[in-house]
Amino acid sequence: MAQPPGAPGFLAHRDGDLVGVAVRDLDPGPVDGGYLSGPASISVRLTEAVPLGHKLALADIAAGQQIIEYGQPVGIATRDIGRGNHVHVHNVRSARL
Amino acid sequence: MSGRVLTGYRRENGAVGIRNHTVILPVDDLSNAAAEAVAALVPGTLALPHAYGRLQFGADLELTFRTLAGSAANPNVASAVVIGIEPNWTERLVAGIAKTGKPVAGFAIERHGDLRTIERAARVAAQFRQDDSERTRQEVERSEIVLSIKCGESDTTSGLGSCPTTAQAVDQWVEAGGTVLFGETSELTGGEHLIAQRCANEAVRQKFQGLYDRYMAMIARAGVDLLGSQPTQGNIRGGLSTIEEKAMGNIAKTGTKPVVGALEAAEPPGSGPGLYFMDTSSAAAECITLMAAAGAVLHLFPTGQGNVIGHPVEPVIKLTANPLTAQTMAEHIDLDCAGLLTRQYDLTAAGGRLMEICDRVINGRLTCAEAIGHREFVLTRLYPSA
Repeated sequence: MAQPPGAPGFLAHRDGDLVGVAVRDLDPGPVDGGYLSGPASISVRLTEAVPLGHKLALADIAAGQQIIEYGQPVGIATRDIGRGNHVHVHNVRSARL
Repeated sequence: MSGRVLTGYRRENGAVGIRNHTVILPVDDLSNAAAEAVAALVPGTLALPHAYGRLQFGADLELTFRTLAGSAANPNVASAVVIGIEPNWTERLVAGIAKTGKPVAGFAIERHGDLRTIERAARVAAQFRQDDSERTRQEVERSEIVLSIKCGESDTTSGLGSCPTTAQAVDQWVEAGGTVLFGETSELTGGEHLIAQRCANEAVRQKFQGLYDRYMAMIARAGVDLLGSQPTQGNIRGGLSTIEEKAMGNIAKTGTKPVVGALEAAEPPGSGPGLYFMDTSSAAAECITLMAAAGAVLHLFPTGQGNVIGHPVEPVIKLTANPLTAQTMAEHIDLDCAGLLTRQYDLTAAGGRLMEICDRVINGRLTCAEAIGHREFVLTRLYPSA
C-alpha cells in the first residue's frame, strides 16, 4: 500500500520503550520512526530486514534484560541485542515460561 | 466535555438506553418459530432466537436465565413479549424482566399450540410497539450510558492503533463518571497481573483473581495449556514474540483507570461508576451478549483483520487501523483509524474521532452492523444439558 511522504517506518508505543514495531516491511539501513503519542521521532540503522508487524531494537539490550514495550516488560532477552536488530523469538523469551 | 448533546430513552427504572426495541424473546429453542412469526407479523419488533433453554440445570441454567432476562431488561429495550414452551419457566423469565418496571407479557405454547400463541402474542406485541413508538428521546448524560469493549480478529495494527484509540474513549468515559465493561478472561493471560494491579482495592483484586483462576482451571480440565500454546504460530509469523506481548495488545484497549469491580458473566455492574472486569468467553458474540445482558447499551469493537460482529440489542461500533481491512471491508468499519500508523494524526485526534462516532450512534445513527443486519445473539453454556 502506498505510503504518504514522511510516513514512519516503525512506531513505538511509549517513550522509554526498547522496541518499535515495523508498520511496513523494512530493509536494512537507516529508517525513521515515531511514537504513537507525542511528537518525538527517532531514527535507527537497521542491521537486518524487519517484516511488517515485527519488532526492532531502539537501544542495545543485554542478555537477561527485560524487553520494554507498551511501557511494560513483555519478555526477556535471551542474548545480547544491538540497536537496529530484529527482535523476535530467536532472541526473546517469555518471563512466564 | 465534547459539548455535544446526548439523547436517549430513560426507562422506568431510570436506566438509559440508546435504542427503543420491542423485543420478542423465546425462552427456549422450541419457541423460536413462534417468536419469529410474531416479529414477522408486527413490523418493527425484534425477535431474539437462540439455540438453548431446555434441560439445563445448576449454574448453567442460572446463567441462561440471567442472560435472557438481562437481554430484555437492557435499557435499549422498551418492552418485551416472552414466549416459552411451558408456563413455569416463561413466567420466571417474565418476572425477571418485570423488575425493571417495563411492559412485559408472557405466553406459553402448551395447551394452545403455535398458531394461537402467535396470535395472542402478536396482539400484545402490536400494542407494545404502538406504545413504544411514543417514547421519546431526552437529553441524557454520558455517565448514564454503559459502554462495553471487546476486540477481535486482532493483528499488530490492533495493538498500535484500534486498541489504544478505544482506550482514549474508555478513559474519557470513566472521567465523565461513566461505566465501562471489559472481559475476555482467557485473553488476559500474560497480562492478568497488570489487571490485578489496577484493581481498586483488595476485595476487587481477590474477586478478579478468583474469576481468572477459575476460568483457567476450566480450560486446564479440558487438557489444554494456554500458556504453552501461546502465542500461536500465526501470531509469531505476524511478529508477536511472547504471551505477555500478546496480552498487552488486548489490555491496551482498557485504558488507564482503576478496575472498580469484577463481575460474574451477565452480572450488572452494581458498585458505582468506573471500569469493570466481567468474566466472559473471548468469543465475540458470546462476550457481547453477556455484556448486553448486564446492561451495556453501546459496544466498541477494535479489529485488525476484520471481525463482522453485531448484536441485536446493543449497537456495536467497529474500528480498525489496518488500511487493507478498512478498504476491503468498508461496510463493516465505523471508524478507520489507519492514519495513526502513517502519522497523519495522533492518538488524541483518533480518540476524538471515535468519541464523535460514539455520540452520533448514541443519538440514533445506525452502526455498520445495524445497517446491514448483523444480530449475533449467542448464549454462553457452562456444560451440557441433562
